[in-house]
Amino acid sequence: MNATAKAISEPVAEFAIRTSKLNLWYGTFQALFDVDLNICNGMITSLIGPSGCGKSTLLRSVNRINERLGYVRIEGNIEVMDKNIYDPDVELVQVRKQIGMVFQRPNPLPISIRDNILFGHRIHNKGDKSSKSDQNEIVESALKQVLLLDKVKDRLNQRGTELSLEEQQKLCIARLLPVKPSVLLMDEPCSALDPKGTAAVEELIWELRGEYTILIVTHNMAQARRASEECIFMLMGKVVEHQATEDLFVTPEQKETADYIEGRYG
Amino acid sequence: MFAESALNVRNKRVQNLFRILFLMMTVLLIIPVVIILATLIAKGGSIISIDFLFTDPTNGMTAGGIFPALLGTVWIVAVALLASVPLGVAAAIYLNEYAGDNWFTRIIQLAIINLAGVPSIVHALFGVGAFVIFFGFGTSILAASLTLAIMTLPVVIVSTRESLRAVPQAFREACWNMGATRWQTIRRVVLPNAVSGILTGVILEVSRTTGETAPIMFTGAAFFLPFLPQGVFDQTMALSLHLFVVATQVPGVPDNLAFGVALVLIAMVLLMNSISIAFRMYLRGKKKW
Repeated sequence: MNATAKAISEPVAEFAIRTSKLNLWYGTFQALFDVDLNICNGMITSLIGPSGCGKSTLLRSVNRINERLGYVRIEGNIEVMDKNIYDPDVELVQVRKQIGMVFQRPNPLPISIRDNILFGHRIHNKGDKSSKSDQNEIVESALKQVLLLDKVKDRLNQRGTELSLEEQQKLCIARLLPVKPSVLLMDEPCSALDPKGTAAVEELIWELRGEYTILIVTHNMAQARRASEECIFMLMGKVVEHQATEDLFVTPEQKETADYIEGRYG
Repeated sequence: MFAESALNVRNKRVQNLFRILFLMMTVLLIIPVVIILATLIAKGGSIISIDFLFTDPTNGMTAGGIFPALLGTVWIVAVALLASVPLGVAAAIYLNEYAGDNWFTRIIQLAIINLAGVPSIVHALFGVGAFVIFFGFGTSILAASLTLAIMTLPVVIVSTRESLRAVPQAFREACWNMGATRWQTIRRVVLPNAVSGILTGVILEVSRTTGETAPIMFTGAAFFLPFLPQGVFDQTMALSLHLFVVATQVPGVPDNLAFGVALVLIAMVLLMNSISIAFRMYLRGKKKW
């Protein structure tokens, strides 16, 4: 809550992520065409579209995880907090620190819940020996933010991999928070969860808005509608429509969008 | 309409035939192991005692114990491990965690496979040329161990790579996406989860190294020595060569002594293998993914 207050008092970029003329190729296959987007700071923006439309590709180029594949070529800019992350003077480790990522399949590390949460903090604060009580505070506040504290506070030494899938996914979100990222990318974060888990994680994502800019890819249109403030519809590597979620679903401007949300294809 | 047809009967008969055939082949596997062990125990078991293990051979090796050979084997294996494990594990980490799939790694891959296929006698001659003569180690524990190390390197590399590969990629992804470097990922996540497999491979390598004869007989193992090795530049007796010597080279060795040496050698190998298997089962039980 304090962070939100501070965000308002400081001059902050209106848009957390801006792409301009973003084109991306996998080898010779072009996956993104001239993508121009402005993602609002502190909001939840969902990316929807049929399989293969490029929404995951777009998400994965925002923290430069795509380039590990080796055969990916990118043209255009992606600015995060007004800095092009593809500039040569950008340090990849800092990009990953600023831009957290949550995967489809929860991937906690096979270490204790406590160590999972402290992992990022430890690798980014080498040498600065934080005291045990500082660490406890970090663990507690991260778990509290993801609404997991009450459930696991008595078993912080249990392995993260032993939790239920829903709890694992929450833990995966929690472990991003101690390094204070500005953007959270989520690649279908609920698709491995049952309906109850989905609802719980959606509730959590909703709680995090304001403090973090969240970009979420989903196959589930109902989820986009429930859990996002703005929505982007993509098709064949192009952005078709970008609107406030409610408007996109009620009064879509493009025919393709209307067809998709009515279930005529996808 | 669901009754058995003539074709069904025939198919079933063929199916049973093959099942029994394969079963018999499998049983055949066990027979040599059982016969070898039974013979060794029957003919050599009587000589095994604490004295046999911890005294020197006497009367031109026709009596007494095997202590110098036993100790020599421990020396050779230990030094070989010191050389091959760090090298092999480091190479495996490089190949699995850093190297991309390019011509360079493919050539290394090919080299490892070929190294594994080189006959041990060729390794022995290489050892003589490289370590005994060129590096000037003389016939010594060091030369013998380095020869063995090179011979077992492919085993260490392959088994280490297998254990590294068994660590789910999702763990690495998780680390990388929090901004961890490759090394941080390896040290904090990959190695702790692969160490059990790596150790298992190392123990198996020990058991293999223990029994090797050809690579050490020209490079460091002696026929008979009246003293124990004091350092890596000394020659030493070794159990495997000692078995060859007492079984074929020295007249008048009582049967039970030769079989006793063989029994000790095979017991060492089986013990190592059992430890390795037990260790693996224990650690596998502890894993939770």
